[in-house]
Amino acid sequence: MLRLAIAAALALACGAPAFAQAPAGKVTIVTSFAKDVTDPYKKAFEKAFPGVSLEVQNRNTNAAVKFIEETRSANATDLMWASAPDAFEVLKAKGLLMKYQLKITGLPEKVGSYPINDPTGAYFGFAASGYGMMWNERYARANKLPEPKEWSDLAQPVFFDHVAIAAPSRSGTTHLTIETILQGEGWDKGWRAIKEIGGNLRQVTDRSFDVPEQVNSGQVGVGIVIDFFAFSSQAAGFPVKFVYPSVTTIVPANIGIVANPPNRAGAEAFVEFLLSPTGQEVLLEPSIRRLPVNPATYAKAPADYPNPFKDARFAKMISFSAEKSETRNDAVDTLFDQTITFQLAGLKAATKAIHEATAALAKKDNAQARALLAEARDAIAATPVTEAQAASAEVRGAFTGAKEKTARQAELEQRWAGFAKQQYATALSKAEAALKLAR
Amino acid sequence: MSAVVGPEKISARGSAGLRAGEAALGLSIAAFLLVFVMWPAASVVYVAFTEKGTGAFTLVNFHDFARTDLFVRSLWNSLYVGAMTVLWACVIALPLAVLTTRFEFRGALLIQTLGFVPLIMPPFVGAVALQMLFGRNGTINLLLSDWLDVKIPFMEGLNGVIFVESLHYFPFILINLSASLRNIDRSMEEAAQNLGSSGFRLLRRIVLPLAMPGFAAGASLVFVKVFDDLATPLLLNVKDMLAPQAYLRVTSIGVADPMGYVIAVVLVALSVGCMALAALVTRGADFATAQRGGGGLARRKMRRLETVMAYALVTFILLLVLSPHIGLLLLSFATIWSFSPLPDAYTTAHYARVFSQSALYVKNTILYASLGGLIDIVVGTAIAWLVLRTKLPFRHWLDRGATAALAIPGVVLGIGYLRAFYDVRLPGGVPLATLWIMIVLAVAVRRLPYALRASYAALQQISTSLEEAAENLGATPGRALRRIVLPLMTGGILAGFVTSFATAAVELSATLLLVQSNSDAPLAYGIYVFMQSPAGRGAGAALGVIAVVIVCACALGAQFAIERSQTVKGDPH
Repeated sequence: MLRLAIAAALALACGAPAFAQAPAGKVTIVTSFAKDVTDPYKKAFEKAFPGVSLEVQNRNTNAAVKFIEETRSANATDLMWASAPDAFEVLKAKGLLMKYQLKITGLPEKVGSYPINDPTGAYFGFAASGYGMMWNERYARANKLPEPKEWSDLAQPVFFDHVAIAAPSRSGTTHLTIETILQGEGWDKGWRAIKEIGGNLRQVTDRSFDVPEQVNSGQVGVGIVIDFFAFSSQAAGFPVKFVYPSVTTIVPANIGIVANPPNRAGAEAFVEFLLSPTGQEVLLEPSIRRLPVNPATYAKAPADYPNPFKDARFAKMISFSAEKSETRNDAVDTLFDQTITFQLAGLKAATKAIHEATAALAKKDNAQARALLAEARDAIAATPVTEAQAASAEVRGAFTGAKEKTARQAELEQRWAGFAKQQYATALSKAEAALKLAR
Repeated sequence: MSAVVGPEKISARGSAGLRAGEAALGLSIAAFLLVFVMWPAASVVYVAFTEKGTGAFTLVNFHDFARTDLFVRSLWNSLYVGAMTVLWACVIALPLAVLTTRFEFRGALLIQTLGFVPLIMPPFVGAVALQMLFGRNGTINLLLSDWLDVKIPFMEGLNGVIFVESLHYFPFILINLSASLRNIDRSMEEAAQNLGSSGFRLLRRIVLPLAMPGFAAGASLVFVKVFDDLATPLLLNVKDMLAPQAYLRVTSIGVADPMGYVIAVVLVALSVGCMALAALVTRGADFATAQRGGGGLARRKMRRLETVMAYALVTFILLLVLSPHIGLLLLSFATIWSFSPLPDAYTTAHYARVFSQSALYVKNTILYASLGGLIDIVVGTAIAWLVLRTKLPFRHWLDRGATAALAIPGVVLGIGYLRAFYDVRLPGGVPLATLWIMIVLAVAVRRLPYALRASYAALQQISTSLEEAAENLGATPGRALRRIVLPLMTGGILAGFVTSFATAAVELSATLLLVQSNSDAPLAYGIYVFMQSPAGRGAGAALGVIAVVIVCACALGAQFAIERSQTVKGDPH
């Protein structure tokens, strides 16, 4: 720990004079981060580099990517600053990010088991966050909800209609969480777990931030969120609590230099600043509350601050394969949307019937009903494609538009949605039959 | 009704010079629509007609649309919600419009102004405020479940969408219908009264039919707007409607996916079709009244009981439609508001926080919205005049082209503007798309249909015999237009300006892509920036309140001008 701190301090000492050209003028940054995050950084950066001004342009991640893409012919943006690694992957694939060799040294390569930086140097993680569950205490008291501890708790009947999640197709970080569950549990068991929670969902939101907003407002009981949403909500005074499950997901927040930056020296200075001890400390501010990637910074954190470099829960995270995730990115998003987001009514009806039949069975056991119930659960859990099919050239071609004729995306979607609808109807009738037998 | 005078007569007598002028005007508007609507939109939407991967032309995507259950279900849901919203919006708007224009009603000006406030729903914060009041655990439902142990699902499913949309968009009907009612000549009513008609029969047989242009304009706007609105369904978590489907696809699957644009094309086609239908409804009849100077309908005094009932009704309606804004106000002063009927405590800290930045946002908002509104009424009035008063070939396509803008999703237009104008360089290498004037144009294009419908309705009510009279007395057609037609259209034009201005002031979806620096950012963008974090909720609400107040002040000014112009025309009130 001490050694790391010294290394970091040395790095800053050596790093500062190493800029070929002193940064000056306007540094333009496109970001999805809120004002509560960008304002403290703007202040700290401009203080560290007098004469430099940070121009912050807030756009949601999708709009930011589109903006950089559409304006590439006369790029006016120096930096892209956002959470979702997939957005950076898109930019990198299109050659819109500049490769950069970090001057600062001594930072760890991984947080948990997630690599912090892009191996080719196109973008860098400057903070980490863990996924977990956030709930509204007043809501929980009024609805007599227990405190959730594990993901699987959210599948319990008591949480029916009380849970919210962002759609993985709309939120890169939620996508990582879903992918982590799928890689950790395996394709079939993973989807079963996801759909069991899915049946209890109140909402699938189309923005990441809507989940904490709904919990803060008391419209939804429990949200599946990134930790800093919960921490900053607590800092703002909302009656919410947060817990990491024993297997959490680490999601990094990233910074990348846009190709052909108008102010290259300024852009490089900001990247180095973010990773410097001063820049890392800004993360501890109550309105930001993200986990620094510099282990030394935790010495200055409040007592209850989670430390992924020490906390066993973060190390437990299964090794995450980025390649595997990449090959089926669209398939997983579309499967979630077509079988859960857009079929929520059918899924919930079937889940509710299963909850009722389970309760009835607990009072009066019936072997035949139990068998029916198991079939109903299997019907919900079934997926229209196997793991191998999801990553197959045919399915990928449908999403990317391959030269050779494959099924079109719209055809696949219709097929998957039809499959889910059918399965949920089957599950509903089996669960209802089970309930009749158990009564 | 007055003598039917078709447009033929006017143009038959119009000089060759005027006809050349008409053609020039038509061509310049066509050029404006082509450059600022069609080209940017087409640069994105053409994907709907291409095969993914190869880019070859195909219609198979439309076939896929028809075969996908989700899209077909979305289409029916959108049509249903649109129609039901028009119905409920009428229920809200009709009493307000009739009471304030037909009766001596203290505070008519205030009601007319407050009645349009619901149109100004600041992004994000408006949604939060609505949920805090009407949501599953909003104020009303928390109180109801405390007292009676029931909850009313105000904001669930399609009915929730209809509820919120009716509150949100009824002002389109209110504004246009009121403008129309003010334009009806008193002599029509008096003639009917002389013939023995009165009361409800008079209203049903004479007044409302004569106000049909304004009603048709308002109702068709409500329908199309609801049809194309994505914010409300997404707020209520209803995803199986067309506009949210288009938006979700374009923004999450990517610009290369054709289906998002197929939906956009379907939206545009149905919106334009709906407007054409509304035009058809009002085409068969003539709504113009020739006599002027009576100054609108006579305002009747109400008996005491009637007065009490009228005020009770108006108060109830206003309370209902303004509840989102009352919620917004509470939110902006609240410390913490979570799962409780009212906030825990109140503070002015949020206003202090936004105060330093809001001046710039306010300046930009007023600049963009008023310039946008101005462009809209100029172009809108010109199109209305060309369509109704000339025989220019293809003039209806100007109307359709402008209307199509309503159905182009904001994000599509935003990307289109970047794509179409970023590579156009000004001297010095500055891309055209980075100028703030592009935000003005994007906003103007998106709000043009509102101003167009209002001008159209106003012109429909003016008899061509007035222009002919002026011309007989030696006025040139241009002078007759300037001195007779435009002054008589003032009410409608102002109504158009107010709607365009008010809705432009809270526009976000296209702006989010086009704002190039904080110094160019409008209020809606400021709200967006705050509403990304839990601590920013109060501050965002405070900015939202500021937006509403500013737009209200401007609108009140416009309403005042309408009233004054009525007085000038000889209305004793």
